[in-house]
Amino acid sequence: MLTKRIIPCLDVKDNRVVKGVNFLNLRDAGDPVELGALYSDSGADELVFLDITATIRSRKTIVDMVKRVAENVFIPFTVGGGIRSVEQIDELLRSGAEKASVNTAAVQNPSLIAEAAKRFGNQCVVLAIDARRSKTRTGHWQVCVKAGSEPTDIDVVEWAKRGEELGAGEILLTSMDADGTKAGYDNALNRAVSDAVNIPVIASGGAGTLDHLYDAVVEGGADAVLMASITHFGNYTITHMKEYLRDRGLPMNL
Amino acid sequence: MVIDYSVGNVESVCNAFRHIGCETELSRDSARIARATGLVLPGVAAFGYAMEALGDAAEPVKQAVLGGKPILGICVGHQLLFDESTEYGPHQGLGLVHGTVVGVPPVETVPHMGWNRVELPEDMDLFAGLGPARHFYFAHSYHAEVSDPQARTAPVDYGSPLTASVQKGNVYGVQFHPEKSSRQGLQVLKNFHEICRRWFQV
Repeated sequence: MLTKRIIPCLDVKDNRVVKGVNFLNLRDAGDPVELGALYSDSGADELVFLDITATIRSRKTIVDMVKRVAENVFIPFTVGGGIRSVEQIDELLRSGAEKASVNTAAVQNPSLIAEAAKRFGNQCVVLAIDARRSKTRTGHWQVCVKAGSEPTDIDVVEWAKRGEELGAGEILLTSMDADGTKAGYDNALNRAVSDAVNIPVIASGGAGTLDHLYDAVVEGGADAVLMASITHFGNYTITHMKEYLRDRGLPMNL
Repeated sequence: MVIDYSVGNVESVCNAFRHIGCETELSRDSARIARATGLVLPGVAAFGYAMEALGDAAEPVKQAVLGGKPILGICVGHQLLFDESTEYGPHQGLGLVHGTVVGVPPVETVPHMGWNRVELPEDMDLFAGLGPARHFYFAHSYHAEVSDPQARTAPVDYGSPLTASVQKGNVYGVQFHPEKSSRQGLQVLKNFHEICRRWFQV
């Protein structure tokens, strides 16, 4: 049986790890390579690096970072942020990333998912979805693009299903409403998506306590939980999280 | 020495060996294969593609291994150690261990991707010091059905039992990715390094 995964997320800007509250007010949480190696050594199952600058100029910086991460991190890691082409994905995978996550560019051009899945295998393609509760349709969520700043008319559950059909190997599902609040994941959202697709769903946004992690798996049906602030600022260690979840009966890699 | 045959990310394997203080050389040259302390066959690709990419390096690898040199196959590199595979039609492997590479039974979602618990038999040298069971990182859709009476195997449960690792004399294979399996993965590579050192000294 596969274990449930604990995935620290490192938002990277100008070669530094930062974490915002509701995507604003960034705080500095250190060097991406050092922090990545620390997590790798302390029992994290995977890592996600998100390039939140994601400008043309930052691309070379991020590739250099990925190479340095690969020399020091011995667990799988995903890189995302501003990825627009199959060539960019190729460069990141060659530099040592296991997976690449696509978001805005996939909404604008869904064939990017299909092309990448065909060339590198489904397991290398993560579809990142930034979801916001719809103000007009209860029980629905809208896909947001451009780092969550721009809502679209696309329904999150429909988009997740489409993403799976196109060949995405995994969904990284971030609740824009819960992100940075530390008030818990949006498990209605996680459940709606995990019931609709057969690929793994990574719950993201809102982790504040150990209970929240458990709830994302049990109530939300998530295969993995992603978090930033609660690990970067030392509230809980990875081992702490895993022992807690194991003691509550979840299969963990310990 | 890591065999360079342009499939997947061989650099990750080299990074991991470097990290544990083991010198690696990336090559497919027959003289260097003959000189190496040990061989590593990495691989992320389809079986047929990987075998074709190995090409004329297959024979020197086989000769070196038949001469007693330790070899470690990783993921598709592990699958290449067997007689044949059914992935995209029948393909011949190196035939160093008897068995056939077949699709992972679709009891659970395929590919089998993530961390899973491997039972570690005490008499498998790769797992020295790791205890009775550990989690390793898997990413594959095919696995080896081992028919070789001389081979020892370590199983992993994914709805049905899959082959996580094989050992036959100096031939070692792991279906998982030790280079991505944290400290326990690095321990497997250290153990292989030690196996190579012992062989080289004799």
